[in-house]
Amino acid sequence: MKKITVLLGGLVLGAAATASFAQTLRIGMQEDPDTLDPARSRTYVSRIVFTSLCDKLVDINAKLQFVPQLATSWSWSPDNKVLTFKLRNDVLFHDGTKFDAAAAKANLDRDRTMKESQRKGELASIQQVDAPDPSTLVITVKQPDATLLAQLSDRAGMMLSPKSFQGADNAATVGRDPICSGPYKFVERVQNDRIVLEKFDKYYDAKDFAFKKVVFMPIPDTTVRLQNLRSGSIDILERLNPSDVAQVKADSSLVFAPVTGLGFQQFMFNVANGPKAKTNPFSNKLVRQAFQLTIDRDAINQVIGGGIFIPAQQPFPLASPYHSDKFPVTKPDIAKAKALLKKAGMETVKAELTFGNNTIASSTAEMVQAMAAQAGFQLSLRPTEYAAMLADDSKGNFQVDMRGWSGRVDPDGNIYNFVTCGGALNDGKYCNPEVDKLLKEARTVPDEAKRKAIYDQAQTILQDDLPSLYTYYQPWPFAVRKKVQGFTPYPDGMIRLKGVSFSKN
Amino acid sequence: MFKLILRRIIVAIPTLILVSMLIFSLQKILPGDPVLAMAGEERDPAVLTYLREKYRLNDPLPVQYLAWVKQVGQGNLGVSLRTDIPVTVLVKQKLPVTIQLAVMAMFFSILIGIPLGILAAVKKGTRLEFGANLFALSGMSIPNFWLGIILIMIVAVHWKLLPASGFVPPSEDLGLSLKTMLMPAAVLSTVISAYLMRHTRSAMLEALSADYVRTARAKGASEWVVVLRHALRNALMPIVTLVTILFGELLAGAVLTEQIFGIPGFGKLLVDAVFNRDYAVVQGIVLCIAIGFITLTLIADILYILVNPRLRYA
Repeated sequence: MKKITVLLGGLVLGAAATASFAQTLRIGMQEDPDTLDPARSRTYVSRIVFTSLCDKLVDINAKLQFVPQLATSWSWSPDNKVLTFKLRNDVLFHDGTKFDAAAAKANLDRDRTMKESQRKGELASIQQVDAPDPSTLVITVKQPDATLLAQLSDRAGMMLSPKSFQGADNAATVGRDPICSGPYKFVERVQNDRIVLEKFDKYYDAKDFAFKKVVFMPIPDTTVRLQNLRSGSIDILERLNPSDVAQVKADSSLVFAPVTGLGFQQFMFNVANGPKAKTNPFSNKLVRQAFQLTIDRDAINQVIGGGIFIPAQQPFPLASPYHSDKFPVTKPDIAKAKALLKKAGMETVKAELTFGNNTIASSTAEMVQAMAAQAGFQLSLRPTEYAAMLADDSKGNFQVDMRGWSGRVDPDGNIYNFVTCGGALNDGKYCNPEVDKLLKEARTVPDEAKRKAIYDQAQTILQDDLPSLYTYYQPWPFAVRKKVQGFTPYPDGMIRLKGVSFSKN
Repeated sequence: MFKLILRRIIVAIPTLILVSMLIFSLQKILPGDPVLAMAGEERDPAVLTYLREKYRLNDPLPVQYLAWVKQVGQGNLGVSLRTDIPVTVLVKQKLPVTIQLAVMAMFFSILIGIPLGILAAVKKGTRLEFGANLFALSGMSIPNFWLGIILIMIVAVHWKLLPASGFVPPSEDLGLSLKTMLMPAAVLSTVISAYLMRHTRSAMLEALSADYVRTARAKGASEWVVVLRHALRNALMPIVTLVTILFGELLAGAVLTEQIFGIPGFGKLLVDAVFNRDYAVVQGIVLCIAIGFITLTLIADILYILVNPRLRYA
């Protein structure tokens, strides 16, 4: 009898263990996130973690439209200077304190004023935040800001428990123990190993979240990440290597789920940054135009991208309503490229192409080197370590570089800082007052059609000046195990777990 | 003997200071700016300036160094610029992981390397020696990352015998913890056991041709007694040093192996910190590694004295 009891007990325990295992979702990520403080975080992968951890005022759907999250509705005043949010009143932070307009104000004020805040620029247009009653949040802006809602749909709109950021050294403590109001709460983090979140039972939408636990595991090697997925050690992986696409498609236990993202890969030319720009052949517009005519974006997509590197001519992704048909992808035309070089007074062009060293970047660089050579470009390649490249580029120590951008929902985030005169990311120091004027104006126009017309005007100039050359849109190739149901990839590359579950069998 | 050990410890202190200065100045030579590396895609000039000031990056190097030494003296290794986690917490998290991996790898290496070395020396000129040499050669020349990926593909993906990667603390599930560590420890031990085999073999060969071995044989001792009691005891001396040094290397981080198998140990932490220019972490970890090495060398010296009584009176 005793034996049977023990046996039964064992079976029950075993079943319980399996059940709890089955309720844990493991996500393999390419990198280890940086700090988990939404106000200071900078990496793409940390945003993936935040998506389950911290709710925002508004969210986006797969069509990039804004949808309610902590705010149920919002409206602009007729002069577009006051944005009023109505907030949910059934929201608790993970420490049990209540979310209300005062908490939202405290968060926005922290993001706007804290010295280390990376969100300051995103919220620069805000003049004042008010909380007239617990469910009403009123934001007054200095001038109309069409980008604000998009900012609040990302880290700038994420809400931490105000209790968690009071005190002297709040920045670091928030970063290692974030207390938000999302569907999952923070449990522990082992750097380079895992971030564990646990379901927050008091979440207002808890029934739509199936997993008891979510574990984010950084596995930088793409091959190893895929092997982990195939062996069942993880359930979802982000950023599959394009060369592994065929392998995933052929595996009946896996599902390939790619989406074209909001970001892009680009070549940035050093037009006017420091002494190196003066001797840079690419500071001549004709040379840049000739270079563009040598590049076969579709070939890069097929050969290196496995068909998921969708060719890009403009910084606005396909999913964006600001993507314009007026600028089709340039087809290569070597004869015309040679003619342009001749017009520029150069038969051959010697230049150096810098890029952060990884397999995809170096094969792209090699391919571009070969393509451009047909028209007389002699590109030497300088693969470098990414952090070193950033430091060099900001000092103007480059001729042309290859770099990526993870993309933003609002078009402004994909263009303004790259091409305006003082733009923080404008390492090539391209400067055209007309472009500045248009892009500044576009920031203030809330009407989509009117705003698009302005961006089209700016793009007409930029497509001729070519301070940057876009090659392809950043894809977010996910691979998931077949038992994961209800997973939809979003263009912003985030993993939204609402409605995602494991199949019973 | 106590005096001897004390003398060694005293010698270790200037070494440590020199090493710390070296670490500090070397990483400043690295191209790239920690604040810029941290900022990555997003660069707000005001924030960058503030962070440079906060982390004293604009101060002259000696000032930065002294501030760091003072801080370390208070038991504070700083905070990771990237993740906000204190370096001491990181060390506490990573050290047991790396020790577990190193101990398991060393265990396999000793188990394979030393007996194989003895056999190769005793059976000199036979197929057995050839086989042992072949093993050592392949162990040294097959890259760890390649072997790792192949093993993952065969053992984890096809046979589904062991987990592909990751780490489970022994306190959580000892069996699973050992299972996850099995492959990486085996991969790591290929090189180490190869080294041990080669060194044991040559040390044994030397010992076997020594006078005392001839004497022992002449006295009629059995071959195994000659090999194990007389030759091996003497041959073990350089092996002891080698084992401690190799163990130190294992602790310093089996970088690629940790990367492939996703083991959150010292090596992986250090590599990531270097790439992210996370100075506080690099300095803290390298300092710990240096202390570890110095301690191990000290232990090697002491063991040496214990194994060889002649040195006690030196």
